[in-house]
Amino acid sequence: MENNKFLDIKGLNVSFYTQKGVVRAVRDLDLWINKGETLALVGESGCGKSVTASSIIRLIPSPPGKIESGEIFLDGQDILKLSEEEMQKIRGDKISMIFQDPMTSLNPVFKIGDQIAEIFITHYGLKKKEALERAVEMLDMVKIPSPEKRVKSYPHQLSGGMRQRVMIAMALASPHPGIMIADEPTTALDVTIQAQILDLMKELQEKIQMSLLLITHDMGVVAEMASRVAVMYAGRKVESADVYSIFEKPFHPYTVGLLNSMPSNEKYKHNARLEAIEGNVPNLLEIGDGCPFENRCKYAKDICRNKFPEIKDMGNNHHVWCHFAGELNF
Amino acid sequence: MSFLKLFKSENVANNSESIWYENWQLLKKNKSAMFGLYIIIFFVLIAIFAPVVAPFDPYAQNIDIRKLPFFSWPYILGTDDFGRDILSRIIYGARISLVIGFISVSISLIFGSFIGLISGFYGGWIDKISMRIIDIMLAFPYILLTIVIVALLGPTLLNAMIAIGIARLPQYARIMRASVLAEKAAEYVEAEKSLGVGNVELMFRSILPNCLAPIIVQATLGVGSAIIESAALSFLGLGAQPPTPEWGLMIASAREFVSSAWWIVTFPGIAILFVVLGFNLLGDGIRDVLDPRLKD
Repeated sequence: MENNKFLDIKGLNVSFYTQKGVVRAVRDLDLWINKGETLALVGESGCGKSVTASSIIRLIPSPPGKIESGEIFLDGQDILKLSEEEMQKIRGDKISMIFQDPMTSLNPVFKIGDQIAEIFITHYGLKKKEALERAVEMLDMVKIPSPEKRVKSYPHQLSGGMRQRVMIAMALASPHPGIMIADEPTTALDVTIQAQILDLMKELQEKIQMSLLLITHDMGVVAEMASRVAVMYAGRKVESADVYSIFEKPFHPYTVGLLNSMPSNEKYKHNARLEAIEGNVPNLLEIGDGCPFENRCKYAKDICRNKFPEIKDMGNNHHVWCHFAGELNF
Repeated sequence: MSFLKLFKSENVANNSESIWYENWQLLKKNKSAMFGLYIIIFFVLIAIFAPVVAPFDPYAQNIDIRKLPFFSWPYILGTDDFGRDILSRIIYGARISLVIGFISVSISLIFGSFIGLISGFYGGWIDKISMRIIDIMLAFPYILLTIVIVALLGPTLLNAMIAIGIARLPQYARIMRASVLAEKAAEYVEAEKSLGVGNVELMFRSILPNCLAPIIVQATLGVGSAIIESAALSFLGLGAQPPTPEWGLMIASAREFVSSAWWIVTFPGIAILFVVLGFNLLGDGIRDVLDPRLKD
């Protein structure tokens, strides 16, 4: 099983050195994704999801950001030890990324065909004309109608959904697509387009056997796409399991809160009000060594304040970081 | 009819027009900008075809017809104190003034943009050093700086152009740096980084084209002011030297006759006024088109 992990993050620590102090954005994170698998990384804004994604592709703005420690194995190679030039070759080759806002993630002054063709020119060494033909094929693959015409379009002439398709096409144009990082790929799209884009991603992922790291805060998306889920809170991973056990029997109070705040939850059949998690995310500057969820947790005891819990194995690869995992009744 | 119209607009949407083409369409609707453009085209044509258009040799002196008032046929705008035809001198002067405008703006445009691009993109100590130098240059009174540079290089027309170019360079560097800083944070830059695009390519191929709009406005307006400044330098005796038919110099050398033979000073002045007006109108029009805040 061990060598099946395409991406393996071990003990990742990322900090940001701001004027107010050191923000520990990601703490002791372990994460792995098997080949062809989809892992959903879930959590609310500012919990370190996107920082994790940027670390994997090594695009943490530095300064102020810094990867303090840890290892990120990509296809067996520790990418944190690579030089910037070597890393640049891996980007857009083995790793690619699609972003949250398709309206701004394409360069406004170039035709989309040229932007896709650019990848074929840099990574495959193709001539401009061949590269453009490949760009048409890519647009066809992501189901953009009349791709021969669309290659000549500028980004502002396309809708949000179309642009996200173009972004996916660019991400898949890489020579050895091993893992795609999708940072909230559907947040900026409306619901019907969301479903189309997710279907497309799933289909293409199965077709080319690529791993997918899906970053989201939408548990609906998680249920549809992921095979495994990791829940992050304030820079820490608090629970990880396969998608069925997360939805069926969550152990961490925070995961329970996330699931309870889903409108599609059984509870809300009779127009009950949505349940929110009380309180706010702690300020990452002031966070101590205890459990970060302690100040919002109904079940918090003294021990939660002082000590971050050890990993608890609930069986079936379901791991929880909570002192009272399994003892609580939700 | 309405069906036809619908069909047509569909076609237009499929025509894949670039942003620049769209902007040109918008600019065409701006009457004052087009008026400015026509003025510029007029002067450019005159400059190119000066030997054809000019009725007389601009250097030919004739003591017998000194200071002929304007409309004394065939000297339409009269003659100056050496008996040279003023109209011909103004026509040849268009060549010099336009060349001065374009060359000095090119100097500040190329070097200023490059400095701004590098310091905005890389930040850190490169940015700090170059921006402090720019600060020092901005702290000098502008005309003093040009005079110092001309004095160092020697008073010729080419040196005047270089001096104007250097003295105007900080503005371009600042504008460029500001837009690079804004564009650098855009998501498409990160997206291209994530596709393995290198720094140099990112800087010149991705970011630079997105920063051109404010620079183009500045350059268009800059041509007009460069022409005025070169006229001022020539007036001070630091630019073109006699007998060159440079507009500023023409005004300077005839300034003692302002009360007795006003036309010698006035017509070169009017020529300067129109060229600069043309560039200013065009520049303002381009700004209106390119500034997203002024768009609906």
